[in-house]
Amino acid sequence: MCLHAVQASDLKKTYGAVQALSGMSFQVQRGEVFGIVGPNGAGKTTTIDCLAGMRKPDSGTMSVLGLDPSRNGRELRKRIGLQQQESELPEGMRVTEALELFACLFGAEPRANELLDMVGLSEKAQSPFSALSGGQKKRLFVALALVNSPELIILDELTSGLDPVGRRQLWNLVNEFRSPERTVILSTHYMDEAEQLCDRVAVMDRGRVVAVDTPRELIERYCPGMLLTLECGSDFQIGKALAVKGVQKAVMKDEYCVMDLTGPEVVVPVIRELSGAGVNLGNLHTKTPTLEDVFLVATGKEYSHE
Amino acid sequence: MSKTLKLCAMELKLYLREPSAFFFTLIFPLLLMLLFGSIWGNDPFPEADYGYIDAFTSAFIGIVILTAGISNLTIGIATYREKGILKRFRAAPISPVSFLLAQMGAILAVSAMGVILLLIAGKVIFHMQFRGNPLEAFTAFILSCCGIAGLGFIPASLARTARSGTVIANSLYFPMLFLSGAALPRQMLPDILKKVSEAFPLTHSIRMMQGIWLGDPITEYWVEMVVLGATLALGGFFAGKLFRWD
Repeated sequence: MCLHAVQASDLKKTYGAVQALSGMSFQVQRGEVFGIVGPNGAGKTTTIDCLAGMRKPDSGTMSVLGLDPSRNGRELRKRIGLQQQESELPEGMRVTEALELFACLFGAEPRANELLDMVGLSEKAQSPFSALSGGQKKRLFVALALVNSPELIILDELTSGLDPVGRRQLWNLVNEFRSPERTVILSTHYMDEAEQLCDRVAVMDRGRVVAVDTPRELIERYCPGMLLTLECGSDFQIGKALAVKGVQKAVMKDEYCVMDLTGPEVVVPVIRELSGAGVNLGNLHTKTPTLEDVFLVATGKEYSHE
Repeated sequence: MSKTLKLCAMELKLYLREPSAFFFTLIFPLLLMLLFGSIWGNDPFPEADYGYIDAFTSAFIGIVILTAGISNLTIGIATYREKGILKRFRAAPISPVSFLLAQMGAILAVSAMGVILLLIAGKVIFHMQFRGNPLEAFTAFILSCCGIAGLGFIPASLARTARSGTVIANSLYFPMLFLSGAALPRQMLPDILKKVSEAFPLTHSIRMMQGIWLGDPITEYWVEMVVLGATLALGGFFAGKLFRWD
C-alpha cells in the first residue's frame, strides 16, 4: 500500500481559450483532511473532476489510491465517495430511495437509516428531493458519498451557498468522519473553512498551487505578524508605542492605537511595557492573520469571494 | 444486472409520480381512441369483417410507443443532464450501457401500461376483436418499443438541456405522429409522403402490428423486423459513442 492517497503532478487542462489547470501538482497523505482553496475559477472543480476520472487532463500524471483515474475511472469511483458541486437528484426521488438506489449501484449493503442518522436527516427520510432545503440536499449528498464506505471522500464546495448554521453543521460532520483509514479532500472558496477543517491546505490560483502546508505553517510563513488594537486615550504619543521592541508600525485611530507586531509572542510584552510606562490602557483587540492574508501575500492580490 | 433492474424500477416509480409525462403517454392515446371511436364506431367496414377500432388500435399503441420512446426518453435524459443528475449517476459508478438499458426497461413498462389501458377500453367500450397470434403480437410490440427507443437514444445522448431535448424530440415526434399511420391513416397521404414515411421506423412498426392484429403471421413482416432491429442497433451504437454525462 502506498503512503499517498493522491499524487498529482503537473496537471494541465485547457477549455478553448481558458487554461483551467496550468501545472497543478500536489500530494495527499492517507488519513488526512486535505483542503484545496482558492477563489472561484482557480481550477478547484477541474482538479477534482480529474482526480475522480470524470475529466482527462491534457497532460500530467496522477495516481489516486494507486489507480490512474484517466484509465480506471469507473474502478476508482467504486472506492471513492464524491460530492459534486452542481449536482441534483430527480425531484420526486425520496431520500431513503436515493440511498438505497445508490447503495445498490455501488454493490454495497443498504444502510440508509444509519447514514441518515449520521448526517442528521432522519426526519426527512420520506421527503422527495425537491422538498429539501439547500443544506439538507448537501447533507444528503454527503450521505450518498458515504454509501460505499469509501477510502477517499472528495467534497467539492460542500458549504457554498449555505447560511452560517448550515455550514457549521457540515463542518461538524466532516470532523466526525475524520479517521486514520479515511482520506478527505475538500475544496472551498471559504478560507476560514479550510483553516477550521483541514490538516493541510493547497492554496490555488489560476490553475496551480501557490502554497501548500498546514494552515498554521502557511500563516507563520507568509504572514508572521499580528495586529494589536489598544485603547490608549486620545493624548497617547505614538512614539511610545514605536519605541517598544516588536512593534513594526503604529497608527492612531481616535482613542485607539493600532500596532503591527512581529508576531503573537510580543503581545503580552508590549502591553506590559506600555502599562509600565504609565499609559492608561482600556479595551484591546487582536487580529491574527488568516489564510486570506496568506493568499494576498502569496499571489500579490486581494482575495475575492466572488 | 441487478443494478440495471433497480434503476429501471426507480425510473418507473418516478415516472408514475409525474402527472405530465403520465398524461401524454398513457391518457392522450386513450382519449384519441375514445374520440375517433365515438366518430367512426367499430362496425365492420364495407367488404371487410373488421371495424375502425379493430384496425386502428395498433395505431394508438404506436402513439404510446412513440411518446414513450422518443419524447419521454429524450426529454427525461436531457433534463437529467442539465441538472447534473447524470453526473451523480456517473459517480455511482454506472456504465452508459446499463444506464440506457434501465431507461429502455422503464420505457417498455410504461408502454405496456398504455397498451393495457387501450386494450381494456377497446374491449369494454368498442367490443374490439383481436385475430392474431398473441405471442407474435407481443413480439411485434417489444420489437417496436426497442426500435423506437433505439432511435430516441441518439437525441437523448446529445441534448444538453431539457429545452433543446424538447425541440429535437418534437422534430422527430410530429412527423412520425402524422406520417407513420399513428394519428392519420397512411392511405390518406399523397404518394410522395407515403414514400418519405417509409424512412420512419414507426411506419414499419405500425404496419407490422396492424397486420398481425388482423391475422397475418409475423413472418410476412421480416422487412419491418429488420428495419426496427437495425434502428435499435444503430441507436445503440451511436449512443455508445456519443453519450455525454454533462
